[in-house]
Amino acid sequence: MTDRVRTVFLFGLVAVLILGTGVSQSWNSALGILNMGLISAIMALGVNLQWGFAGLFNVGIMGMVALGGLAVVLVSMPPVPDAWAAGGLGAVAGLCIGAATITLAILAWSRLPKGWRGWGVAAILIVGFVFYRMIFAPSTAAIEAVNPAGTGYLGGINPGGSDNFKAWGWITILAWPLGGALAAGAAWAIGKTALGLRSDYLAIATLGIAEIVIAVLKNEDWLTRGVKNVVGLPRPVPYEIDLQANAGFVERAAGLGLDPATASTLTVKLGYSLLFTVVLLILLVLAQLALKSPWGRMMRAIRDNEVSARAMGKDVTARHLQIFILGSAICGVAGAMLTTLEAQLTPASYQPLRFTFLIWVMVIVGGSGNNLGAVLGGFIIWFLWVQVEPAGVWLMHIITAGMPEDAPLREHLLASTQHMRLLTMGAILLLVLRFAPRGLLPER
Amino acid sequence: MIDFLNALVVLGNFVLVPAIAYGSQLALGALGVTLIYGILRFSNFAHGDTMAMGTMGVIFATWWLQSLGVGLGPFPTALLALPFGIAFAVALTLGTDRLVYRFYRAQRAKPVILVIVSMGVMFIYNGLTRFIIGPSDQRFSDGERFIISAREFKQMTGLREGLAIKTTQGITLVTAVVVVAALFWFLNRTRTGKSMRAYSDNEDLALLSGISPERVVMVTWLIVAALATIAGTLYGLDKSFKPFTYFQLLLPIFAAAIVGGLGNPLGAIAGGYLIAFSEVGITYAWKKVLRYLLPENLEPSTLMQLLGVEYKFAVSFALLVVVLLFRPTGIFKGKSV
Repeated sequence: MTDRVRTVFLFGLVAVLILGTGVSQSWNSALGILNMGLISAIMALGVNLQWGFAGLFNVGIMGMVALGGLAVVLVSMPPVPDAWAAGGLGAVAGLCIGAATITLAILAWSRLPKGWRGWGVAAILIVGFVFYRMIFAPSTAAIEAVNPAGTGYLGGINPGGSDNFKAWGWITILAWPLGGALAAGAAWAIGKTALGLRSDYLAIATLGIAEIVIAVLKNEDWLTRGVKNVVGLPRPVPYEIDLQANAGFVERAAGLGLDPATASTLTVKLGYSLLFTVVLLILLVLAQLALKSPWGRMMRAIRDNEVSARAMGKDVTARHLQIFILGSAICGVAGAMLTTLEAQLTPASYQPLRFTFLIWVMVIVGGSGNNLGAVLGGFIIWFLWVQVEPAGVWLMHIITAGMPEDAPLREHLLASTQHMRLLTMGAILLLVLRFAPRGLLPER
Repeated sequence: MIDFLNALVVLGNFVLVPAIAYGSQLALGALGVTLIYGILRFSNFAHGDTMAMGTMGVIFATWWLQSLGVGLGPFPTALLALPFGIAFAVALTLGTDRLVYRFYRAQRAKPVILVIVSMGVMFIYNGLTRFIIGPSDQRFSDGERFIISAREFKQMTGLREGLAIKTTQGITLVTAVVVVAALFWFLNRTRTGKSMRAYSDNEDLALLSGISPERVVMVTWLIVAALATIAGTLYGLDKSFKPFTYFQLLLPIFAAAIVGGLGNPLGAIAGGYLIAFSEVGITYAWKKVLRYLLPENLEPSTLMQLLGVEYKFAVSFALLVVVLLFRPTGIFKGKSV
């Protein structure tokens, strides 16, 4: 019973914090925190699945989130016919050759006789790589040469074409499961190679994968436009301008005592909140059912004692791979939602502290092994992440109040308040680990 | 023959010299990681940021010395400032250990908990570095820029290609050799060093023979702080100091330590050079070297670059995975907790 009271109280606190932001700052920023909180909660659910259920130490969350973002571009942008004509076939063929080379090499490794396999695999890899480069490099160069300032990439599959793709905004929602699928595919590849490793090694391996995914997004211009970013992604909710042009909407807004501009931004954000809440609820229910099912009990048994679980006949490696893929897929979905919300893909904005380690803080603070805890951690930590900065400014103004107006120390302190965030997150993580190691909502 | 020499010089200039310098920096960083792993038994995610903090101390001391007009002539002032930075880093790590890690050691917490704790420390160090010195680039190297510049080399030898060796690269190598020699002397010859190795090999047995664990841990942090500061300063002198870059160094450093065998100091050094040479070698455009070696009609039409420079992380990663798949404890036998 006390568990339930605690849960209700803490979620009530989150509600009060967000509503308080609405009253004291603005409803726009309150809804902004709510939306990002929903996305963070979903990411935390995914990580909790891996760490809380199965004890897998994954610090490559950023890579999964970025892959989800890539899915949004691939689905929601219109295709670029000139680019496809220039090198689309070559790029696809090149990728197929690359994939076939790796598959062949793996097959050769397991099939060839022992003395030969090293040479055989090396030969396959070298020949495959040469062919891959011969076909792939000129094609991508041709694609990137097509109107580099405007497109310079293959685009997505939005059937609306370049004139009308914004009307097909709902298609963006299809990118969410696709983002999950992309992340799941990557997780499968990582899991196959790295899951047998010890926890520390797995951590470093996932850290590396995440950096590689970001490097690909930044440099494969033919796919993502690289650091030129893809902006103006269509959205599944109406545009503010359309709402403001709608006489009926303006009238209803006036009825509520709001001016059309504010009313339209609030409506758009509320639309996102609704969509995200639906996704979060679905995933939360699934995660809860999984946790309580025999499968969930088996997972926790494996986590708590791998050796005895193995002795009971459980296939530990396969289960680990399974949950690693599931958790990563959830992070991919959240990543796709994030890119949808921001309506742009900016590969340079993916930073491990923000997209990997912050999610870890959420899970640990919320309570690993408890789905509701992870969701709670997502909301609370996101709220703090946003609000620490204004709080820092306020604090610095108090600290520096006695200093002369142009003191260099004062200017330095006021300019560095944004870095208070990292400091605060570290302090929170350490305090929780020390004094409430099982988190705010401990595992039952 | 001349062509061969030219090819050799190009190779030296663009691959060997930078890779040796980078490898020395990685090796020093990896030594810190591996010592922590051997003695305290966890992977310290805060190591990159410890390097940043120590280097920050060095930078402030450098600026202070420069403002006093103290310098080392042709050598960077930062060398003179090193002791200050090391003292700062030692105070920092010992303070962190006292406030944070000791509690978990007393509880005999699982290694993975300590890794998560080090994530918290990483956040704090990272925030502090950005808070104090700011997130932007800082250049603090002064003195003579080159031991030998490309132009001087060409005049000296009459070859078409030049070999440039930056002062910082020379200093990196010399410092690394001195530091590593001192470290191995300490670990193998002194009483404290031997007790550290004993503690690393078998904790319970070491405790039974009267080795004080707190003392071993303290000495470890001392050495690690010094190694991290030196590695960070050398990297900063050679390239430039930017907090985020230091955070990102975590990946190649860990890759080096793991490839060599976590917990094995010799492995950390080998791993450092292996990672550096593969990173530089695979992302280098070999066209210029091959132009001298191959007959004219075979001259390559592409850059002969296996991977773009942006993918250097992929190299450390791929090497890590390959080594772990075939030799799970690293090239030199590491330990596993």
